Amino acid sequence: MLKEGQIRIPSGCAISGIFSRNGRRLGGEKIIDSIETMRVRSNGLGGGFAAYGIYPEHKECYALHVFYDNETAKEEAEKLLLKYFEISVSEKIPTRPIPQITDAPIIWRYFAVPAPHFLQDKELEEKELVVECVFKINADIAGAYVFSCGKNMGVFKAVGYPEDVGRYYRLEEYEGYSWTAHGRYPTNTPGWWGGAHPFALLDYTIVHNGEISSYDANRRFIEMYGYKCALLTDTEVITYMIDYLHRRKQLTLPEVADVIAAPFWEEIDRMPEDRRRYYTYLRNIFSDLLITGPFSILLGFEGGIMALNDRLKLRSLVAAEKDDMVYIASEECAIRAIEPNLDHIFAPKYGEPVIYTLNKEAQL
Amino acid sequence: MSMDFLYPDYTVVRDKDLCTNCQICVKQCGLGVHTYDAKTKTMRADSTKCINCQRCVAFCPTLALKVVKSDNTYKLNDNWTSSAINEVIQQAGSGGMLLSSMGNPRSYPIYWDKILINASQVTNPSIDPLREPMETRTFLGKKPSKMERDEQGRLKFEKAPPHLALKVPILFAGMSYGAVSYNVHQSLARAAEQLGTYYNTGEGGLHQDLYKYGKNTIVQVASGRFGVHKAYLDAGAAIEIKIGQGAKPGIGGHLPGYKVGSEVSKTRMIPEGSDAISPAPHHDIYSIEDLRQLVYSLKEATAYTKPIIVKIAAVHNVAAIASGIARSGADIIAIDGFRAGTGAAPTRIRDNVGIPIELAVAAVDDRLREEQIRNNISLVVSGGIRNSADVLKAIALGADAVYIATPALIALGCHMCRSCQTGKCNWGITTQRPDLVERLDPDDGTRRLVNLVSAWQHEIMEMMGGMGINSIEALKGNRLMLRGIGLNQKELDILGIKHAGE
Repeated sequence: MLKEGQIRIPSGCAISGIFSRNGRRLGGEKIIDSIETMRVRSNGLGGGFAAYGIYPEHKECYALHVFYDNETAKEEAEKLLLKYFEISVSEKIPTRPIPQITDAPIIWRYFAVPAPHFLQDKELEEKELVVECVFKINADIAGAYVFSCGKNMGVFKAVGYPEDVGRYYRLEEYEGYSWTAHGRYPTNTPGWWGGAHPFALLDYTIVHNGEISSYDANRRFIEMYGYKCALLTDTEVITYMIDYLHRRKQLTLPEVADVIAAPFWEEIDRMPEDRRRYYTYLRNIFSDLLITGPFSILLGFEGGIMALNDRLKLRSLVAAEKDDMVYIASEECAIRAIEPNLDHIFAPKYGEPVIYTLNKEAQL
Repeated sequence: MSMDFLYPDYTVVRDKDLCTNCQICVKQCGLGVHTYDAKTKTMRADSTKCINCQRCVAFCPTLALKVVKSDNTYKLNDNWTSSAINEVIQQAGSGGMLLSSMGNPRSYPIYWDKILINASQVTNPSIDPLREPMETRTFLGKKPSKMERDEQGRLKFEKAPPHLALKVPILFAGMSYGAVSYNVHQSLARAAEQLGTYYNTGEGGLHQDLYKYGKNTIVQVASGRFGVHKAYLDAGAAIEIKIGQGAKPGIGGHLPGYKVGSEVSKTRMIPEGSDAISPAPHHDIYSIEDLRQLVYSLKEATAYTKPIIVKIAAVHNVAAIASGIARSGADIIAIDGFRAGTGAAPTRIRDNVGIPIELAVAAVDDRLREEQIRNNISLVVSGGIRNSADVLKAIALGADAVYIATPALIALGCHMCRSCQTGKCNWGITTQRPDLVERLDPDDGTRRLVNLVSAWQHEIMEMMGGMGINSIEALKGNRLMLRGIGLNQKELDILGIKHAGE
């Protein structure tokens, strides 16, 4: 059977996110409880988490999380990493052996800063250098796969139900101000850890539920700009699209949402002149980055979280607030399970982003 | 009769029991096939004059007429077919080049018919265009690489490059006034206006009375520069430089003097009755840098307010040529495949030069993406589009929009007799004879063109909805929505699609 990346595999899913606007750091138990409530939306073929604010002692370093199939792949990848980075910590990511999680690869973590000389020679912006190195390892070194590469954040994922994956990675030992989780229901089983979600690039992480019909149009466009879609998943291409629009093209997040989940022309044509020109401009300039078909996504980024539904709202997505806490999930039950007394609960509208960022006084 | 005699390919058959001698066929046939012998009170038909345009058949009130493939035959031979023999006989008699009209009719592969379209099942809902918005609006032109913001950080729109906005990704391709009649042009112009799209003047200038449709008009500048002046350039929404056309790549055009009456003469700015001969190349474009100069000359002349289209025929190295054009300052490339129609072309060229548009669009789209310049330019393809499925497949292969011409002419009455060069079109299309031209009613023509494109639009929306796509931009280049059937690996690789079942 073909592995993820050799064939495109559609999948349904559950997603959940927790965010503290005051930057309070919470252990991983709550997000595990939340995603576990939606067990029927997964089928044990992939689960994962993204956590922000978990490495305050290394917050100047890029935290690289890597899967290795074998020692040879590790040696080869480390040669490349040493060229690009000065590595301060190199260690196994702590795990707890449980019967539900099997066939684990070597799971390694590095805290590293880009090598200053190399950075100068390449005349690249720091983040570009990280992206280049990650793409090189993932594309060129067989059996090595970098699945997380941001600062003060990390992705933890595996083949299995998400709650098992969370326990396997001992997430109760981490404290983060923002957590997202994903349970996967692929319609085909590759059984490869790299194929689980979240998908990450730099500090962007995406958990996604849906199957976008614009996939190949989006993929072929984004690949023009140096992104390599190795996994052939929606999540991967959406992550790259957001990186392209937000980091490279410097669009704001609401503008990013207006590109990928643009309003319909029949709405735009009824808008006041300035709004009409704004949307027409974005839809013309970034026409190849419109996403069609069902999706609900949670985008995690440094200091914030964004939820977005497709332009017809073809996937469920619920958001809620309680004091400084924000909860967003595929189903309300996943929120009520961890916070029964909510101040406010609502369904994000089609194509309208729900964005939360840290309060100014929040200390990380 | 003689060594030059060719038995007609088609025979006019009249059912004498049904014929009432009404003589409508006599009036309808501009070629003089039908005659009435008053002495014997019988109708006669001379099949040697018949081009099988079906005009008499369509107008016979009693269904007494039909035109059938004649069964006279040479000894059957798969190599020396009757047309191969006939062509030698014709050339031995005349010493001339053979001329033909409309697109390449030979049995080369039609890739459209070997490509299948996807639909959603279970994992992703299909979308019903009767109940949900289904968008076909398309923009053609450059996408700016940099965006500017004002002091408040708001996006500034003023400096965006000019573009064309289409309600449906179908435009009417260039057909010159002179080759086609005034009524054809008027029908196309009015239909384009009603449909929210564009028609193209072709290389014969723009009749003064049609300037009012300028905002739906693409004005063409070809090697003969017929009818090109400042007001003409200003009149259109975009300007197209025609380098080549799919029916006859590498050669120019020839409008015979008998088609150049006073209106055509005025519009083209040439003497009445004179042949209008377009040179094979533009004599100011011998290289890609020359093209760039013409592109910018036209932009200067129109103050950078209009997108410039460069139209080329699909030839072997079309991808490399397109890449050069994408860097020439042009905003849109139009690529015309080897099935494209024409009013007249040397038969050998029409039938042997150029490549299928399906392969060309895939190759060009790939090349422009590899070179990271796909966003610099839009891609309009033509030459072989027969229906809405072809349009959808062209867009999924990578086109932004398509040009159609043959289907538009068929909508206006053309029955594909492929005899345009005679100038005696019984349907009032490729003729300048006033009695024939007036047969095409522009009201009727407009309505039929609008009908055709609207019908295709509905079909495209239905197919898009089936795929779960509700906006045409998400279809563009979305090759995962296509599968090949009965194609070899090389063909699949060029088209960039998988085989059915994969």
